Parts: sequence; structure tokens; C-alpha cells
Amino acid sequence: MHDIKHNSKGMVPHGFSACAGCAMELLMRKVTEVLGEDTIMIIPPGCAASFSGYGKETAIKLPGYQGNLENTAAGCSGVRAALNAMGNTHTTVVGFAGDGGTADIGLQSLSGAFERRDKILYICYDNEAYMNTGIQSSSSTPLFASTTTEPAGKPTARKNLMMIAIAHDIPYAASTSIYNIPDLQKKIKKAMEADGPSFLHIHAPCPTGWRYDPAKTIELARAAVMTGSWMLYEYENGKVTINYKPKELAPIDSYISLQGRFKRLTAEQKEELQRFTIENYNKCIKRLECMD
Amino acid sequence: MAFKMLDGNGAAVEAIKMAKVQVVSAYPITPQSSIAEKLSEEVASGALKAQYIRVESEHTALTAATTAMLTGVRAATATASVGLALMHEVAGMTAGLRIPLVMPVVNRGLAAPWTLWCDHGDAMCERDTGWMQFYCQNVQEVYDLTTMAYKIAEDENVLIPAMVCLDGFFLSHSMQKIDVPDQESVDKFIGPYKAKNAYLDPADPMFVCNLTGSDEFTEMRYQQKIGMDNAFGVIEKVQKEFEEKFGRKYEIVEGYKTEDADVVLVALGSMCGTAKYVANKMRAEGKKVGVAKVIVFRPFPAKQLREVLSGKAVIGAFDRSAGIGGEGGPVWSETCAAMRDADCDIRHYVGGLGGRDVTTASIEKIFNELLEIKEGKRKDHTEWIDVKENAMDLRQVLKNA
Amino acid sequence: MQKQQEALTKKPERCRVLGPVASIYAAANTGTWRIDRPKVNYEACIKCGTCEKYCPANVIDIKKDQAECVVIDFDYCKGCGICANECPKKCISMVPEGSEV
Repeated sequence: MHDIKHNSKGMVPHGFSACAGCAMELLMRKVTEVLGEDTIMIIPPGCAASFSGYGKETAIKLPGYQGNLENTAAGCSGVRAALNAMGNTHTTVVGFAGDGGTADIGLQSLSGAFERRDKILYICYDNEAYMNTGIQSSSSTPLFASTTTEPAGKPTARKNLMMIAIAHDIPYAASTSIYNIPDLQKKIKKAMEADGPSFLHIHAPCPTGWRYDPAKTIELARAAVMTGSWMLYEYENGKVTINYKPKELAPIDSYISLQGRFKRLTAEQKEELQRFTIENYNKCIKRLECMD
Repeated sequence: MAFKMLDGNGAAVEAIKMAKVQVVSAYPITPQSSIAEKLSEEVASGALKAQYIRVESEHTALTAATTAMLTGVRAATATASVGLALMHEVAGMTAGLRIPLVMPVVNRGLAAPWTLWCDHGDAMCERDTGWMQFYCQNVQEVYDLTTMAYKIAEDENVLIPAMVCLDGFFLSHSMQKIDVPDQESVDKFIGPYKAKNAYLDPADPMFVCNLTGSDEFTEMRYQQKIGMDNAFGVIEKVQKEFEEKFGRKYEIVEGYKTEDADVVLVALGSMCGTAKYVANKMRAEGKKVGVAKVIVFRPFPAKQLREVLSGKAVIGAFDRSAGIGGEGGPVWSETCAAMRDADCDIRHYVGGLGGRDVTTASIEKIFNELLEIKEGKRKDHTEWIDVKENAMDLRQVLKNA
Repeated sequence: MQKQQEALTKKPERCRVLGPVASIYAAANTGTWRIDRPKVNYEACIKCGTCEKYCPANVIDIKKDQAECVVIDFDYCKGCGICANECPKKCISMVPEGSEV
């Protein structure tokens, strides 16, 4: 059990070594508020690994394990099976991984856990690159964003993790964002109650990697949804609910002009990104509406 | 006590079943596949009350078994060859977290080239992961060493995972009549599993496997070394108790006709059976040869090997893995290190790779060479004992000029 | 239930654990990171709780019955400025650390 050296209003210390303005830090607090103490959490290397702590100290009050980068879902499957064998079906088993550890190297074990219908709650906090190792591109990095491995801008659009989750037909998958806390917390609760694997894809802006004033984290997350760069929707037992559709998509500039990682875009690229964003948004809406 | 006809894989399954594991996560790979299959049958029939995770890769198989044990139940997985190689990253986790997982490894060579057959290259590549390694000579040993492995690994002075190695096809698919104890005796021998060290429990939380600084990493590796050192004493104790309860005697290094031997061959696995047969034959001809069968390869039994090889002037060390790039393979190198203060000539032999049978002819040739070296009649030896003469010209391929 | 009852009645003991585990729950000294700090205009504050909701460090408490209705724990506030940016009444401003005594 923990040696408590710090009193906190939740399961994460107030003095936590995430960057100032980190969406992931806010996210973990909101997530653990809903999860409660009867939880076992697996966190791979990455920004979230800071919660596991350093040396004798940890920055999360839950029982947890820091596994390898690609096997968060697999680790969760093992914990779940052991709990089931012990007759424990009440403890929530949670994986808390970034986009790199989910969409890239972690995709195989995620797919396996989904297909087996292992009752695990998989949370992907998406800051759109391998941030902890220095802002390298992941398959979730958006088109034209500049990273340290694609400094001229990513030439391809991002992978659609939600569609991958939906393709496995899991009981519950939802896309949410840090700016909408009620939406986020409602979805965590639903994910906990799903009868099988559940997946949450949470947009988590990163001031260090996206290069913006840390004060703008919430504003950017909101702008992403308003411009159609991120969507809020749920897939629940085969039924799709689009939680929010802007009446009219805001111009992409209201989102990218605030971010240093889009600073180098030429006028043509900006046009292309605007076109792509609208087309992609409309395509997604159409696909989702077809699913009902 | 009952006699059963089982192949090596079946014996491994029997031991796992009787250890009452509660989570199984095995991924099929030749020649291990029937372990994954038979375990699923035991679970389906209710003979084994376990959760069967039909994993999608070996990496996941070892991960799930590791986290299942962290959560508090005995888990099982098994593998071979490149499957073991794929587990390598996670193997370091299992060992570093002091998780006493027992895992049969059906020895099969690594690619390239692709082989399906017996070779110790897979397990030898894992010798630095911090796992124990036990090598079986026959199917009875597969059952016995696996059963003992649970008790050894889970000892609080050890807490080290164990690979129980059985030769691919030669043991895994070879039907032999073995003696299987009754469940009650095994229950008393192994006992129930309790996660005593680090664990995942919401009622008693801790964070397992976070970042460790250079001010503490060395000490944690040292803890593992101490566990390995302690393993010798625990293995001896467990082997003695096994003999008392089940009637079969085991040693860490078994000296077969070594006491008065002029020359001794050090070897691992099923070829020891062949080597003992040849030793009997040659003894009848008046040649004093012996076999040092290494059952426990990790921790490496330097002390026990020195005792068995004490006073022997000429020794052969057989590597059933190529050990490319070393002056010799692992068995030879570690035997030399163990015997560094002794006045002896240790010759390196490589053979039986990629499924090639280690024949009585090969072993006889080795013994004769060693004897000739001892008698001063020979200086060199045939290091690659069964390599064919046309090795370099194996493939003649038509190509576009 | 049995386990919870046992947990309540059993006294915890300090035990040796081998390998990497962390069980000391502690805070980092993040208050020292600050370059700017939030300054609240209490009169303009409508106590909506937006700043409290969005603070990543969870160091803001709204005290509805107090004049100084927004209490910030400056031991840990990093000065990220999210509270100032999101306040609907723009009653939080970021001022240089140390600019007020």
C-alpha cells in the first residue's frame, strides 16, 4: 500500500511533472475521478509513464504496471483473465496509452484484445506524436503537421483509430476531447459498464509538441472540434451517436494558426488542408450515419 | 502413481495441468503447438479450471502470463524457436519483476535459414535474460523437471522464472511411458501459488515496474544474481524432496560413468541419452568414457561441473547451437570458464543443428578423438562433428549473368 | 467483501520487495516552475467554476462563501495560464511571478 507523503484531492498529486498546460495531466485526473479505486491500470512508456513515477515514488494512487510500449492491451488481457479466474469481475482493468503505443506499435495487441472480447477499458490519449521521446511522428499525426522526424510536415493523413475499433465491433467505442469534461466523464462511465472491451479516443493537445502557448490547451481542443479536425461520437452496441455536429465548420485557420507545428505551411498546403478537413469530416459523418 | 503414454508435449501439459494453473496464454508454433492444443482441451473438458487467452502472438502470450501472475494466479505459456525470440523483450520483464513463471521451451532452431527441427539456438539466445534453464533428457524428465520448476521458481529465496527445455520432435513428439504421480501428492509438493513479492491489488496498491535510476538499477540486478545464487541450494533441496516423495533421483549435473572416466563429454538434452548408450557400448570395449549431463544450465553449475570433471585431463563440450562469432558455443565457453583453474584440455564440438540427429556414430567419433588426444595420438579434433564436406557448395543456382 | 474486512483488521507491515516497485505517493515541486502566476479579480468573478474544472494540476478551489472566492495552491501551480484563458469573465490575468508581495 502507499506511503502517503502528499495530500491530494484525487489520485494524482497536485505537483505532477507534466508540462505546464498538459492535457494528459488534466485527462488523467478526470478519468480517475470516474474510475475509482477498484481499478488496475497498465501504462506503457510515454508521457503517461510519468504517472508511474521514478524510483521509490509514484504519482498515481492506483495499483499499476508499466509494461512494454506495444503490449498495453495484452497486459490488460492477462490481468483480466487472472481476475476472472479469482472470481473478481468488479475490478476495472484499464490501459492508458498514447497514440504511438496504440495506433502504431500497439495495434496488434489492441486488435487481439478486441477480437477476444476481453473486458478491458482501453484509453488512448492522443497528442498526435511520440511526444515523450521528442515529438516524433506517429500514424496519428495529422496531415502537414511538423514533427522532428517529418520536419517539412507529415505527407499523409492520420490513421482513423475509431474506425479500427468499430471494425472490431466492440460493445463501446467513443471519441471525446479534453475541452468537454462532461462528455469525457460520461463516456468513461459508459466504457466501464460495457459488456466487453471498450475504447476511448481522447484528444489531448500538447503545448510542447504542437508549439503553442500552454494557456490555449482547452481552446485548441475546442477549435479542433469546431473545424472538423476532431469529432465527438460514440459506437455503442452497433449503434452510432454523433454527439456534436457544428452547424458550420469553422475555417481551419482558427485551429492551425495557433500552433507552431503548422507554421511552415504554404498557402497551397493550407488550402489543401482546409479541403481535406472538410472532405474527411463529411466522409466520416456519412459513413457513421450509414451505420445506423 | 500411474503410468501414462505421453509425448514430451503431453508430459509438459500434464505437469502444467497438475500445477493447477489458472490462466493459459499459449500461441501455437511448431513443435510446441500440441501444448497449446492439449491445454485448451484440458480447459474445455473442465479438467483444468483456467481462463484460456487465445493470444495473437508470443509477445502477447508472455505478457499476459506475466501480468496474470502479477495479479495473483499461476499462469502458463510455452513456445519454441522464433516464438521464444519474439518473447525476448518481455522475458526481461518477467525475470526483472521476479515472477516465477514456468515455461516449457520446445527447442527448435532460429531462422534464417528456416528450420522446424531440434536445435538449442533458441534457448541459448535467452541465457542472459535472467531466467533459469533446465534441460530434459527424456519425457519422464519433462514431467519431473516442469513439476519441480514450480517449487524452485516460487521459492521466496529464488523468485526467478524457469524455461524447461525439451528437444523439438525428439522429445516433444516421442511417446514414452512415464510415471505420473497422483494429484494430491503433487498438490502437497508444489503447494498453492501466492504473489508474494510485487502484485497488482486494488486493496493493497503499488506501482510495479516504473523508471529506476542509475542509483538503484545495479542493486536490482544484484538482487536477481542473489536469487540465482540461492537457486542452487533450493534446487538441491527440491530434488531431494522429489526423490523422497516420487522415487526418482535428480542432480544439477549428472555424472554418468564419470568417476573413473579417462574422457568426459559435457552435453545437454536428449542427446545425453544417446551419449549414455554409446558410453555403455564403449565401456564394454574397455574404453573408459563418461557423460556429464547438465540438467541445470541456468544458473550455470560451475561448482557441480568442476566436481564431476575433477581430475579429467581431456573433456569434450557439445553445443547443439552454432554459437556463431564466439570462439566456441555457450556450453563450451562456460565449461572452459568453470574449469579455468584446472589443468585440462576442453574441446569444442558443434552438431545436431536444425534437426540433424546426433548419432551414435558422431558420439563414438567424439569419444575416440578425445581418447586419442589424451593418449597423445592426436592434436586436432573435428569441431563441427557432423558438417558435410560440400558445405560451401551446397547451392548451385542458375542466375542471369 | 471478505478481503475488505481482512484489510481493515490486518495491520500493514513494512516488507522487503525485490525489483522495481514504487509505493511512496509524493508531489514534485512544480510551484517553482512558474514564470507567471494567475491573479484573480474577485469582484468580477461569478464563481462559475470553469477555472477549477480546467486546471490541469487541480490546484484551484472555488469558495463561494469567501470574498477571495478563488483559492489557488501556489505550491503547485505551474502558471500555465489555462484558467486565465478559459475564464468567461476574463477576470484572471497572468502576472509575472514575484511582481506582487
